[in-house]
Amino acid sequence: MSVQAILGKKVGMTQIFDEGGRVVPVTVIAVEPSVVTQVKSLETDGYSAAQIGYEDVKDSRLTRPEQGHLAKAGVRPKRFLREVAIQDGETVTVGQELRADIFAAGEKVQITGTSKGKGFAGVMKRHGFHGAEMTHGSMIHRKPMSAGATDAARVFKGTKRPGRMGNERVTQQGLKVVQVDLDRNLLLVRGAIPGANGGLVLISKAHH
Amino acid sequence: MANVINDIEAAQKADVPEFRGGDSLRVHVKVVEGGKERIQIFEGVALARRGEGIRDTVVVRKVSNGVGVERTFLVHSPRIDRIDMTRRGAVRRAKLYYLRTRVGKAARIKELRR
Repeated sequence: MSVQAILGKKVGMTQIFDEGGRVVPVTVIAVEPSVVTQVKSLETDGYSAAQIGYEDVKDSRLTRPEQGHLAKAGVRPKRFLREVAIQDGETVTVGQELRADIFAAGEKVQITGTSKGKGFAGVMKRHGFHGAEMTHGSMIHRKPMSAGATDAARVFKGTKRPGRMGNERVTQQGLKVVQVDLDRNLLLVRGAIPGANGGLVLISKAHH
Repeated sequence: MANVINDIEAAQKADVPEFRGGDSLRVHVKVVEGGKERIQIFEGVALARRGEGIRDTVVVRKVSNGVGVERTFLVHSPRIDRIDMTRRGAVRRAKLYYLRTRVGKAARIKELRR
């Protein structure tokens, strides 16, 4: 069994009809074959993982060290390189192609991506605070109110305050594969997945 | 890459005649009753057409035993066998919600002739 993970790009969402005629919301992911570019082993690297590459680019897009690294593996230049852990019973060889056929319709997968950045967000949006009254003479609407006790004379670390939101690594578990299209290299997954359209995502088998 | 989504949607589209609000429709709906499938016809006036592409829906209104009945159909759903347009309506707006408050003669729509 090969590594049960593949890189892809989120194309966008649409809907399809299932065999019962019901509408299923799906996210379309473009999954051109990923290639294993390096195998890290316990002996040489201290841990075991497979490095996989995705999306062909021109040579000139890569730095010389990157070109050399991929030339050593005998792989065409790739824009993205990511590592995935090797699970028990999985075998990997450098140069091996990983296609969407490692997944089947009906299977559960987990998808990792970078969420959409929301900028500097207030506590209502960022932490789901309820906020205060909008009317009835209230002059406080969306403020965070108290930041803690007066006795501590400081704000505790980890207190929920306004700040940067989104643009972070998010893994969505328990997503169901609806359709695997090997001709067009597409994967259709039920529901939404992290990130903007065009974002890089890692699709892996659900571990539990 | 967005054209991939267009392809997926286009592949699912059903062959439906051109129609708009005010037109009279016969919608052939597949219904499952006691494990058997048969076709039921819902006939009425299209009040509104909403959505684009594969998400296209149509609201059809009829008066059944003096009670107004409205159903919303997904135009491209496989649960719909066929849609026939029986009459073109001469109407001046796309959404005909005003028909809900009208009864009898006042609820008539002129036929579009040209």
